[in-house]
Amino acid sequence: MSTLEASPTLAPAGVAHVRRPSTLTAYRWELRKLVSQKRTYLGLGLAAILPIIFVIAQNLRSDRGHDQGNIFASHITQSGLATPVLMLLFLSVFMLPLIAALVAGDIVAAEDGNGTLKTILTRSVDRGQVFAAKALAAMTYGAIAVFLSAVVATVAGVASWGFNHVVTFSGSVVSAPEGLLLVFAANAVYLIPLLTVVCIGVLLSTATRNSAGAVVGTVGFTILLFIVGQIPGLEGIKPYLLTEQYENWHGLLRTPTDWAPIGHSAWVCALYAVPALFAAYLVFLRRDVAGG
Amino acid sequence: MSEAQPVRARGLVKRYKEVLAVDHIDLNVHAGDVYGFLGPNGAGKTTTLRMALGLIMPTEGTVELFGRDPIREGARALEGVAGFVEAPKFYPYLSARKNLELLGALDGGGARERIPEVLAIVELSPRAEHRVGGYSHGMRQRLGIAAALLRRPRLLILDEPATGLDPAGMRDMRELIRRLADQGITVLLSSHQLPEVQELCDRVAIVDSGRVVYEGALADLRRQGGTGYRLRSTDDSRALAVLRAQPGIEHVTGAHLPEQGGLSFQAQEPDVGALSIALGAAGVGILALTPELATLEDLFFRLTEGAEAAAGDAIPVGNGHRAQEQVHEHA
Repeated sequence: MSTLEASPTLAPAGVAHVRRPSTLTAYRWELRKLVSQKRTYLGLGLAAILPIIFVIAQNLRSDRGHDQGNIFASHITQSGLATPVLMLLFLSVFMLPLIAALVAGDIVAAEDGNGTLKTILTRSVDRGQVFAAKALAAMTYGAIAVFLSAVVATVAGVASWGFNHVVTFSGSVVSAPEGLLLVFAANAVYLIPLLTVVCIGVLLSTATRNSAGAVVGTVGFTILLFIVGQIPGLEGIKPYLLTEQYENWHGLLRTPTDWAPIGHSAWVCALYAVPALFAAYLVFLRRDVAGG
Repeated sequence: MSEAQPVRARGLVKRYKEVLAVDHIDLNVHAGDVYGFLGPNGAGKTTTLRMALGLIMPTEGTVELFGRDPIREGARALEGVAGFVEAPKFYPYLSARKNLELLGALDGGGARERIPEVLAIVELSPRAEHRVGGYSHGMRQRLGIAAALLRRPRLLILDEPATGLDPAGMRDMRELIRRLADQGITVLLSSHQLPEVQELCDRVAIVDSGRVVYEGALADLRRQGGTGYRLRSTDDSRALAVLRAQPGIEHVTGAHLPEQGGLSFQAQEPDVGALSIALGAAGVGILALTPELATLEDLFFRLTEGAEAAAGDAIPVGNGHRAQEQVHEHA
């Protein structure tokens, strides 16, 4: 450590104010951190591998006599576009919320635990900017998991059964390009409840300072709501449960499009997401960073 | 207009339920100081530094960095301030360079352009592409300094920067801090390494049980510690009687080591002159009368150890600011 004398630029900066970094800069670095961590790929790997397993299993299957309950299941071999719809149906209830919770529950708590939160909070970004960057990064990860699953399912389905017209929940037939558009629109609509799960995960991550607790807590919360929805006598609250909003995208795959469940899920999810995110923000602003 | 004080804390309190971690601490770090912040484990040093950096909220009181409150003004109050509390922490899955790129991006300005330079200063350039997860403790400490220098700080807050370093690393760290101070950077250094503080710092605060027991110039503290003297005479018994009768002569004891013989006492210089005359008048020959300036370590233990130890080995009160209760206990 001997070159300081030859380092004129390291002299104190004086009182001139430096231009402070934007939230976008902090967000980009949150994404880079996610990209650099192996565990990030665990969730994305699950999102990608499950559609492939599904398609392989369907190709190996000889008996198709029990698929009459779902129109996409019964048409699975007639159009590859039925595959992403079925995968969204299967993954939306548990697997995709779990994948989203893996990062959302970890994103603040892990940094608090290993001490890097104090490192970044003593730089030139405000706590609010760091929080916004982390919440956006967790949401981005959830969205990537959903669309990765959709893309893999679409590619695998089309490769197996062709890019053909598809039959909707209403029984009407839509062309393959329109079907493809509807598939991705359905996934986009599913993001409404999924990002709500992310907000709850970020709240638990911020408040508990415990990654495992926050991940398990987030998943446990959705399971709890799911169980509540099954209890006889509580039918009245069922439309307001977060887990019921996981099927909001069905309205897009009807003819004509049924926007009502989408609008309903938007405001019901907002009732969960906005308070959760606001509470997380307040906790993050005022918390003592004593970890590490 | 003169620049605001680098660190100014008033009545800082941090309470964790029943535990009072920091109890009305006042700090005054002036521009250009190399300010030692000393205290035993659990004295409240790190908690105070965390409050200074806005990482934890004070229960009471305020702290300002260059006139700005980091709790109210957030990152704006940290302009020109850098450092670390406890061990510096980095992302283990990123290389040193990537870690610094991240921190430089979060600093804004031209911080990122200084990365090669700061890596060279801490001699980590050859390992810059290696993941920090594989770094030794000493390398992480050096990377912590590099991360702080990226911000071109006017105030550097370092919490135990030499902890875990080997002797050569400690020497290098001391030299680096000295050079930074020579460049005009104000340094607030929390340390257990008392010789390091004695060598580097011009002003100190000593905390114990969450309270400041001394704040002021290190030289004043050492003077207040009383200049100790050791006397070897032709007749220690008669010398002892003279010492006890002589005004201005305090804390007379036998020599610390029996084999050394002689007597120890504390006194101001003019009183020592009068003593030598009195000894001569009493027919006691002086074989040796040598000053023994108290070390920071002596003073630290006198200030921070229990009342029992303090009662027998007090530090006279002088210019420095000491918690009044403690002063009276000792005096």
